[in-house]
Amino acid sequence: MSVLGLFFFVAIVGLTLYVTYWASKRTNSASEFYTAGGGLTGWQNGIAIAGDYLSAASFLGIAGAIALNGFDGFFYSIGYLVAYLVVLYIVAEPLRNLGKYTLADMITARFEQQKIRATAAISTLTIVLFYMIAQLVGAGALIQLLLGIDYWIAVLLVGIMMTTYVLFGGMAATSWVQIIKAVLLMVGTIIISFLVLMKFDFNILRMFSEMKTVTPAGENFLNPGVKYTNGIDTMSMMIALVLGTAGLPHILMRFFTVKDAKTARSSVVYATWIVGLFYILTIFLGFGAAAFVGSDEIIAANAAGNMAAPLLAQALGGDLLMSFVSAVAFATILAVVAGLVLSGASAFAHDIYGQIIKKGQATEKEQMKAARFASIGVSALSVILALFAQSMNVAFLVSLAFCIAASANLPVIIYTIYWKRFNTTGAISAMVTGLVSALVLVAMSPNVWNPEGTAIFAGDPLFPLTNPAIVSVPVGFIAGYIGSLVSAKADKRKYAEVAVKANTGLK
Amino acid sequence: MEHKVHHTTPPQQNHDYEAIAASPEFKSLVRKKNKFLLPVTVFFLLFYFTLPLLTSFSTVLNSPAIGDITWVWVFAFAQFIMTWALCMIYVKKANGFDSEAETIFNLHNKNEGSDR
Repeated sequence: MSVLGLFFFVAIVGLTLYVTYWASKRTNSASEFYTAGGGLTGWQNGIAIAGDYLSAASFLGIAGAIALNGFDGFFYSIGYLVAYLVVLYIVAEPLRNLGKYTLADMITARFEQQKIRATAAISTLTIVLFYMIAQLVGAGALIQLLLGIDYWIAVLLVGIMMTTYVLFGGMAATSWVQIIKAVLLMVGTIIISFLVLMKFDFNILRMFSEMKTVTPAGENFLNPGVKYTNGIDTMSMMIALVLGTAGLPHILMRFFTVKDAKTARSSVVYATWIVGLFYILTIFLGFGAAAFVGSDEIIAANAAGNMAAPLLAQALGGDLLMSFVSAVAFATILAVVAGLVLSGASAFAHDIYGQIIKKGQATEKEQMKAARFASIGVSALSVILALFAQSMNVAFLVSLAFCIAASANLPVIIYTIYWKRFNTTGAISAMVTGLVSALVLVAMSPNVWNPEGTAIFAGDPLFPLTNPAIVSVPVGFIAGYIGSLVSAKADKRKYAEVAVKANTGLK
Repeated sequence: MEHKVHHTTPPQQNHDYEAIAASPEFKSLVRKKNKFLLPVTVFFLLFYFTLPLLTSFSTVLNSPAIGDITWVWVFAFAQFIMTWALCMIYVKKANGFDSEAETIFNLHNKNEGSDR
């Protein structure tokens, strides 16, 4: 690694550790640990939400996907962005008004039953683990390339860093690491995009014209269909992207870090502008990489295209820009996995330990201890799993997490807030059926089975789609509907309370 | 450490939620909210899924729109404009609902007080 690269790397690690030290002094209660005491302002939380969205999958993954597949890569940008509207219009405010720390809090605001809390916690933990393994496997491969260290050392390094942030600084540290990284990532992306535009004399029409000739796809590069040729599968992926975000625990958790629904709302607005701008710029990253690095070199570095953005930085700005962008990519991974650890730990420590085992009677001290132990546990488990999962396809793991979030969490969130007749049986059947159907369908999909042995097992897939959302999301909704109708009547008084709280914020 | 030991669930005020839910003010707020949220949600989901539907099952978006920029990019960009616009519209609407929620709040608190 170059001296310059080492400098940026150390600077970012040093800065984030300083923030953690600062945050540790103000993290003394469970509320401060899980939600930074609800003390983030609208713009702070907005940048942090944007940071959660702008994961390594967005920065490295989408840039690479556009560079290699043209418009088909841009589908991700569109899906992730419009997902914001689902979050804002359907989920954000009721969630903020009903919940405390976790998704389970919100559902149990209506159904005070431990089996519901346990089911919600298990679904949260499943999503967090899959998402985390994906991030860690990607991080390991990336850091291996960037710093020239072994995969297992890279995963361990990320594991230690993320545990440190969460353990000592809780949500305050996690949020500020996220904010710092989001700002650096935007700066890096704007610089690269500017340099790409400069190469095309600031003429966007010329850029598009030249893209017709510089890639192996030729004119098709500018049209859909380079990668996604199965229409049903494309629709299924788009369903998972737009509906999955609203069920991701580490995104939902962000709505508890502000003082009220109004602030939650304003933070989403900041985030929408930042994320929208970023996703527009992914076009320049992708086109630039295709034009100035070339697909052969991108694929040679990483078959999935994950190195496109750092290689483009090298081509345009030399070692200086490359080192900066690599360090920012590292920070991106750290910030996102820290948020995931925190949301996994809250499901464990708050839902399972605090509310189910201790029945809500745990002292502040016991809660903090449980939260910290759970953070270490979630980190250790995901690091171990990631060490064994090195050869797994990262995109597949992420799409699985989105699919479970959309199938298991979204139906129950929507029913809890908006459906009077919904009841306990419905809630459990929606979550369990959504979770199981997503897992089972993926286990039978071409991601796992391939006749030529290029997937995990050799053989014909029983289910034809790589992403099962188009089946598993409706199945989750139907299961919740049927479950409610076949069982006892709903508690009307409780629904009145939930409806009033969700709509007015009255406590 | 002299942190106070307190329970995870602070004692809650006992509002008569059923009375609030049945009040005309609350009903009107929920009706207004749904009248705004539901059509807009249906609209943006339709607008969103039209893009992959058109790209998957037709080639109408593959013809050039501006220079060599094809219609699919124009439609994709329109999704961005839609997201930004609907985000701003939501905040404007929701701020209006806030004041109505506050009215319900105050009205109700006053009633509860006078009942005792």
